[in-house]
Amino acid sequence: MVLLFWRTLLALPLAWRQREKVYDQLFEIGNASLLMVCILSFFIGGVIALQTGPVLVERGLTSAVGGLVGISIAKELAPVMMSILIAGRIGSAMAAEIGSMRVYQEIDALRTMNINPIHYLVLPRITAIALAVPLLVIFSILAGWLGGAAVSAANGRIDIAFQAFFQNLREIVGLREVANGVFKSFCFALVVGVVSCHQGLITIGGPRGIGRSVTKAVVNSIVLIVILDYALTRLLLK
Amino acid sequence: MSHSQSNSAAVSVQVRGLRRSYNGQEVLKGLDFEVKPGEIFVIMGPSGSGKSVLLKHIIGLEIPDAGEILINDESIQSPGVMEKHRMAMVFQSGALLNSLTVGENVGLYLSEHQLLAPADIGRVVSEKLEVVGLKGTEDKMPNELSGGMKKRVAIARALVVEPQLILYDEPTSELDPLSAVVIGEEILKLKDRVHVTTIVVSHDRDLAFGVADRIAVINDGRIVSIGTPEEIKHISDPLIRKFLTADFKRPDSR
Ligand SMILES: Nc1ncnc2c1ncn2[C@@H]1O[C@H](COP(=O)(O)OP(=O)(O)OP(=O)(O)O)[C@@H](O)[C@H]1O
Ligand SMILES: [Mg+2]
Repeated sequence: MVLLFWRTLLALPLAWRQREKVYDQLFEIGNASLLMVCILSFFIGGVIALQTGPVLVERGLTSAVGGLVGISIAKELAPVMMSILIAGRIGSAMAAEIGSMRVYQEIDALRTMNINPIHYLVLPRITAIALAVPLLVIFSILAGWLGGAAVSAANGRIDIAFQAFFQNLREIVGLREVANGVFKSFCFALVVGVVSCHQGLITIGGPRGIGRSVTKAVVNSIVLIVILDYALTRLLLK
Repeated sequence: MSHSQSNSAAVSVQVRGLRRSYNGQEVLKGLDFEVKPGEIFVIMGPSGSGKSVLLKHIIGLEIPDAGEILINDESIQSPGVMEKHRMAMVFQSGALLNSLTVGENVGLYLSEHQLLAPADIGRVVSEKLEVVGLKGTEDKMPNELSGGMKKRVAIARALVVEPQLILYDEPTSELDPLSAVVIGEEILKLKDRVHVTTIVVSHDRDLAFGVADRIAVINDGRIVSIGTPEEIKHISDPLIRKFLTADFKRPDSR
């Protein structure tokens, strides 16, 4: 797997030649996920506000609600949840597609034509996912904040006006925090891409083998995301 | 050896002591043979005797447990040897890329290696599709084709490479007798036109005896016999006799 990542990195200069495939993949990822990312994030933001808001407000920490929701969304929930979502939606599709190409000898056919499957299949997918996920996470963060703000304004026990919420948010959350979350999501995207493509390439057996690869791709991606999240958070905590 | 020479002439293929096991079961049990440049070499043998596995080793998709494969006297394991020669293989299943159209499949080699401008690729593609009798199917998807059509698209895709060595795995197994004859003729024509070395795996006796310069019969991972079609016809080995003359008999025939 590390080997696959390394070979993909080495092939990176060829990404420009494969740009059309990168666009295709980008479109597919965006198309499949953007709406879902926004809806999901909106509700996650809302729930966080709902859970923490009343507790904070009761203790007179009204001004902390915006900051708390803002920072937990930007630094943690948006990157992690969205990467897990992407693992389920895009990683599984990548593993299934490459896995079936493997099983039905399409990859063998590529190799007989001297077409490197890493350049042709893996590189465009990993490039696309590494570009798309950080963008999606930016949308996710914004939607999450909106959700938090909306719930804080609407719920009688919290009752923080929209503007006040964002003002509090801005006091705590800066560009740095957002960048921190987006960077984390970039790393998670690489994990999902590499793990899923790798699982696809090592698929053996028939349709059942493909199913197994898909499951493994998703499960391994999620486990690695959570572990890496801890490591990155530790590293970025200064 | 000059570059241009190595890039246009037919190649020789030598298989030496080739062995391969899968999960402890020996599939290739020591194969030795040589295919001369420009020859059409047909491999026959019962189902499961290891013919497809053999082809995959020759084109370098699989690595042998023992023995080696030489192309123009160089081992295909040494770096750069596979890239130096243009080779193509027609898979038993066709192995078309299902996410691409027929035209994109056939033109894939040219477009990925950027050998021609897109307009010229289109021209070559429709030319090759016409050769296999599938003119005008460029925009179809592989899953819209019948088994025999897929096989013919796969043949067109191999022809585009203008190979020095071409491997066919059961090129006529899913074709009606008429298309089978067309493919047989095309195999012969290709040899005359571009001087290519051809290895054909086939059960099709008509095809084998029609196109072969030499025939090898393999059974259970070993070569039983090699010779010209005439020689093979007159071999008295009971297994070969049975294989070549097997005929369907009605139980109630008088
Ligand atoms: N990847 C593999 N893993 C395990 N066993 C394999 C593999 N590939 C082939 N075999 C075994 O090798 C043997 C020969 O297979 P092969 O496909 O070469 O037969 P064949 O001669 O081409 O038969 P057919 O005429 O039916 O195509 C079979 O018993 C098959 O089970
Ligand atoms: Mg076979």
